[in-house]
Amino acid sequence: MTDIINPVLVLGSLAAAFGVILAIASKVFFVPTDPKVAQLQNVLPGANCGACGYPGCSGLANALAAGKAPVNACSIGGQKVADLVADILGADSADIDKEVAVVLCQGDCDKAKDKYIYEGIQDCRISDKLSDGQKSCSYGCLGCGTCRDVCQFDAIDMINGIAYIDREKCTACRKCVEVCPKHIIEMVPYDNHVAVKCKSEDPGKVVRGNCEIGCIGCKICVKNCPEDAFSFENNLAKINYEKCTNCLVCVEKCPTKCINLMVEEESDNIAI
Amino acid sequence: MSSIFTILISTILVNNYVFAKFLGICPFLGVSGKMETATGMGVAVTFVTTLAGIVTYILQKYVLDSLGLGYLQTIVFILVIASLVQFVEMAIKKMSPTLYNALGVYLPLITTNCIVLGVSILNIQEGYTLIETITSSVGAALGFFLALVLMAGLREKLELADIPEALEGFPITLIATGLMSIAFSGFAGLV
Repeated sequence: MTDIINPVLVLGSLAAAFGVILAIASKVFFVPTDPKVAQLQNVLPGANCGACGYPGCSGLANALAAGKAPVNACSIGGQKVADLVADILGADSADIDKEVAVVLCQGDCDKAKDKYIYEGIQDCRISDKLSDGQKSCSYGCLGCGTCRDVCQFDAIDMINGIAYIDREKCTACRKCVEVCPKHIIEMVPYDNHVAVKCKSEDPGKVVRGNCEIGCIGCKICVKNCPEDAFSFENNLAKINYEKCTNCLVCVEKCPTKCINLMVEEESDNIAI
Repeated sequence: MSSIFTILISTILVNNYVFAKFLGICPFLGVSGKMETATGMGVAVTFVTTLAGIVTYILQKYVLDSLGLGYLQTIVFILVIASLVQFVEMAIKKMSPTLYNALGVYLPLITTNCIVLGVSILNIQEGYTLIETITSSVGAALGFFLALVLMAGLREKLELADIPEALEGFPITLIATGLMSIAFSGFAGLV
C-alpha cells in the first residue's frame, strides 16, 4: 500500500508546495501593468516574428501601450490588426502621424557617375564592401535592390538604378531603413511632400563632379524658405518637417533639383 | 580540482549537448537566426540550467533518494524546472526590469526544454557532487551558448550566400549543423 501512497504523497506535496510558493510569489512580485498591454497582446498575431523590431509580440504590446510604436507597427497583421490596435488605444492614437519611407538619392544611371562596373552578387550590403560601392558618390543608392527584396509589401521599385518607394503601399515597417547599408532611406511624415533627396556630406564641388542632382550646399533653400524650415549641417540641407507647409518654394528654387517631391505624379494633387 | 576542469571541457567541447547529444535542437534552430537573439537565449539557458541543476540535485539527494522514489525523477524534475522558471521570471520582472527585458522573452521558451531536463538527469546519472553538478550545468549551458552563437554567425552569412532554392532555410541549417557536429567530434581525444 505504501508503494502507492508514498509517491502520491511526495509528488502531491511537492506540487502543492510549488503551487503555494508561486501563488505567494505572484503577489509579492506583482508588477502593475497597463491593462492595455494584455488587450494588445490578444489582438497581435502572436507569431513573435520580430518584424516590428521589438522582441516578440509582448515587446510590441508594451511599446504600443507606451505610445512608442505606431499603431500599424505590426507588418504581419496589416490593416486589420492596426485597426484593432487603434481601437484599444483609443482616439488619441488615431492622430499618430502616418509615416512613409523615402529614398534620399536621385543619382540614377544617367545622373551619377560610376567608379567601376560592379558585376558581383546583386546585394547592396555586399557591393558596399567593395570600396563603398561602384558609385563615385560614396553616399548614394547602389541600386542592387536589397530594399526591394526585404519589402514584404511590394512597395519598392528599382527604376534606372535607383529605388523608388510607393507611398501608398508603404506600411512604415522600416525593414528597408534597417537593411540599407548607405542609410539613405528615411522615414518622413506622410503629410509632407518635399524631401532633400541627397545624403552626400561631400563639399559642393565634389558633389557636382559626382552627380548632377546632388545637394551642393548652396543654401538657397535655407534663404528662401518662408517658414524657416531649413537647416544646414554637414554640407547638407535638412528640412524640419514640423515647420514645413508644403509651399514648394524650395522645390522651385533648388538649382540642382535635389529638393524634390517624394513622388513625381503627386504634383497634380497638391494645392500650391 | 582536475575533475572539475575535465567536466567543464567535456561538457563544452567534447560532449557538447547540441552537437554530440543532440539535445536542445529546437531552440538551437529556432533562435539562431540573429546574433542578438542567440546571445539572449544563450544567457537565459545558462541561467536556468545552472539553477535547475542545483535545485534538482538537492531534491534528488534529500527527497527522492532518501524516500526510495528514484523512479519519480523525470516527472519531479519537470515539475521543479517549470515552477522554478516561472518563479524566476516573476522575480526578475519585479527586481530588474532591464534584465527582464533582455531575458524575459526567452525564459518561458525554456521552461521544460529538453536540454535543461537532460542536463539535470545526466548530472544525477553521472553521480556528481554538488560542485561537479554546478560545473557540469554551467559547462553544458556554455556549450549550448557556443553552439548557438556559432550557428547564428554562420546563418547571418548564409543569408547572403547563393544557395540552391531547395536547400534554402532549414535544410541548409541542418546540413551546417551536421557538419559542425562532425567538426566537434574532433575534440573527442581531449578528455
